[in-house]
Amino acid sequence: MSSSSVCSRDVVVALENGLHMSPSAQIVQTAQRFDCDVRIHKGDKTVDGKSMLDILTLAAQHGTTLTLEASGEGAQEAVDALEKLFVTNFATE
Amino acid sequence: MEIKRGIAVSPGVVPGPALVLGTEDFRIPRRFVSVDAVEIELTRFRTALDSVCGEIAENERLASERLGAQYGAIFTAHLNLARDPKLRDEIEVLIREKTYAPEFASSRVLRRYAKFIQNLGDHYMAERAVDIFDLEKRLLRHLLGEQREELSHITEPVLVLAHNLTPSETASLDPDYVLGFATEVGGHTSHTAILAGALEIPAVVGIGPFLSDVSGGETIIIDGNHGEVIIDPDESTLKRYHDTQVRIKTANEKLEQLGRLESKTADGVSIKLYGNIEFPEEVDHCIQRGAEGVGLYRTEFLYLKDDREPSEEDHFDAYRRVVDPIPDLPVVIRTLDLGAEKFPHSLEELAEVSPNPVLGLRSVRFTLRNLGLFKTQLRAILRAATYGDIRVMFPLVSSMLELRQAKMILSDVMEDLEEEGIPFRRDIQVGMMVEVPSAALLADRFAPEVDFFSIGTNDLIQYTLAVDRANPTVADLYNCADPSILKLIRMVVAAARKHDTPVVVCGQMSGDPTYTAALIGMGIRELSATPFSLPVIKQVVRELTIPQAEEIAAHTECLDVARDVENYLRGELKKILPEILD
Repeated sequence: MSSSSVCSRDVVVALENGLHMSPSAQIVQTAQRFDCDVRIHKGDKTVDGKSMLDILTLAAQHGTTLTLEASGEGAQEAVDALEKLFVTNFATE
Repeated sequence: MEIKRGIAVSPGVVPGPALVLGTEDFRIPRRFVSVDAVEIELTRFRTALDSVCGEIAENERLASERLGAQYGAIFTAHLNLARDPKLRDEIEVLIREKTYAPEFASSRVLRRYAKFIQNLGDHYMAERAVDIFDLEKRLLRHLLGEQREELSHITEPVLVLAHNLTPSETASLDPDYVLGFATEVGGHTSHTAILAGALEIPAVVGIGPFLSDVSGGETIIIDGNHGEVIIDPDESTLKRYHDTQVRIKTANEKLEQLGRLESKTADGVSIKLYGNIEFPEEVDHCIQRGAEGVGLYRTEFLYLKDDREPSEEDHFDAYRRVVDPIPDLPVVIRTLDLGAEKFPHSLEELAEVSPNPVLGLRSVRFTLRNLGLFKTQLRAILRAATYGDIRVMFPLVSSMLELRQAKMILSDVMEDLEEEGIPFRRDIQVGMMVEVPSAALLADRFAPEVDFFSIGTNDLIQYTLAVDRANPTVADLYNCADPSILKLIRMVVAAARKHDTPVVVCGQMSGDPTYTAALIGMGIRELSATPFSLPVIKQVVRELTIPQAEEIAAHTECLDVARDVENYLRGELKKILPEILD
């Protein structure tokens, strides 16, 4: 059984051009694989991790620290999967 | 309701539906659907969005196959945008709860996001707004399908909004259906300004980015008197503007009747009023409004029209069309004054690329370096001058050397014509624009060398105050009422008076009734303005006495701040013409 809880973790945007179209799309695709809610915080701004438009409005530039947060069914796994994107710097699979 | 400020280039106010040019070549035909149709419209929206997703997915597949996964990823991102559940929800809410048409709802939501991203202050991200506009375009194309309307098929009156109107765009527009213009860029000499002036419809330019706030189809107001565009005006604003529109119309009809009345102050001093024109056709407007001639014929449009440089005959024909209807009235032809903005295609090769074109090779400087072009125009002017009272004027003279050079070229051209046995006017009057502070400061030296001065307030203000008024961030610093400008005008008048050199004031200031009394009070007896504004200027003239005008002008000398001068003059104008409209 997968975990059902709230899970959050900080990540840093290492991409040179920040969180632009393609990485944002990867985040959305990853987040949408899970049933839990996914939110991304940048300072006091919070967006829906399953909405591409929302993520674009974050304008997370190179070096920005973001907090990934998931709640509900599979929260832990969702945050793990999303964190991996940042750690691998969104390398194409 | 949102108010955007820009540069007022053509007066009048008009409310109407917006038509956005440029970002897409089709328009949203209706904004709302009936309540009963909401479910059908929702289905229509979902079908269109599904088709868009299908289309992007297909592009993704093709791009990945043919060009590699990296290219496919571009479309993957687009697909994620199109499939964004939030996007779908937001659009559906607008359709369901506000009965917006799906086209209007989609455009609204996407443009709001695009605008937000553009305003993030991140240059790289701001460019991503393009992807959102692209999605909007795709969606609209699917929604509108065959209903897509061609620009040339506009069948109802609209207000045209654009980043910048190009001649080809305006060429396809039916002027009967265009009620006003508003553009993001441009200044007083932009194509939009020229066109609006000639059509006598309200126009505001240089607004800065605002098109992402407008979908097209919504009601907007263009206020060409104050340089404002009001998006989605509320009821009371709309009502106020409707009233203003009616009042302006009534007032204009009344003013037109002034046409035949003499332009004389209440105490009998005659004030000559001339028209500024861009196109030969505008001579009719001058005649209708009782102008005593053309005080400024801007010839730039001759160079903007085609892809080739105008020939001597092109010039000659245009000048004949101006002078023939009014052979007894003066027509002042200003030689080419281009360069502050982008050079037209026909002259691109001769233009220099300057980071600071306003201080670069423009106007008379440009013509003095391109003598072939200059002589062609001067020949045509001299020849056309045999058909009436044509005068020639050099723009942007900044030193005595330039004036003398220009006059020397004129003599050379006369000699050529003489040798060729071509009839021309030898005693043509030669004037210069006083629009660079150096020329104003040395007006006493220039005065004996010319037959007349024409104070070009637009450039004089720009150069004196060091403000590029086409730049929205500093445009508010541009002010006709600045005491420095009034002081320069006084100096020019005093210098001209010593040498009996007539002085005309042209430019925006002479067409604004706020300044009429002050200008007359400073000794100005000739004004040249857009034909549209002549009746109201004449009305002010007829109410004034010279001592009254002199008192007003003297009072402005005690004020240190442009805003105070402006407020004072507005107050005085209200006293002179209580029925004047704001």
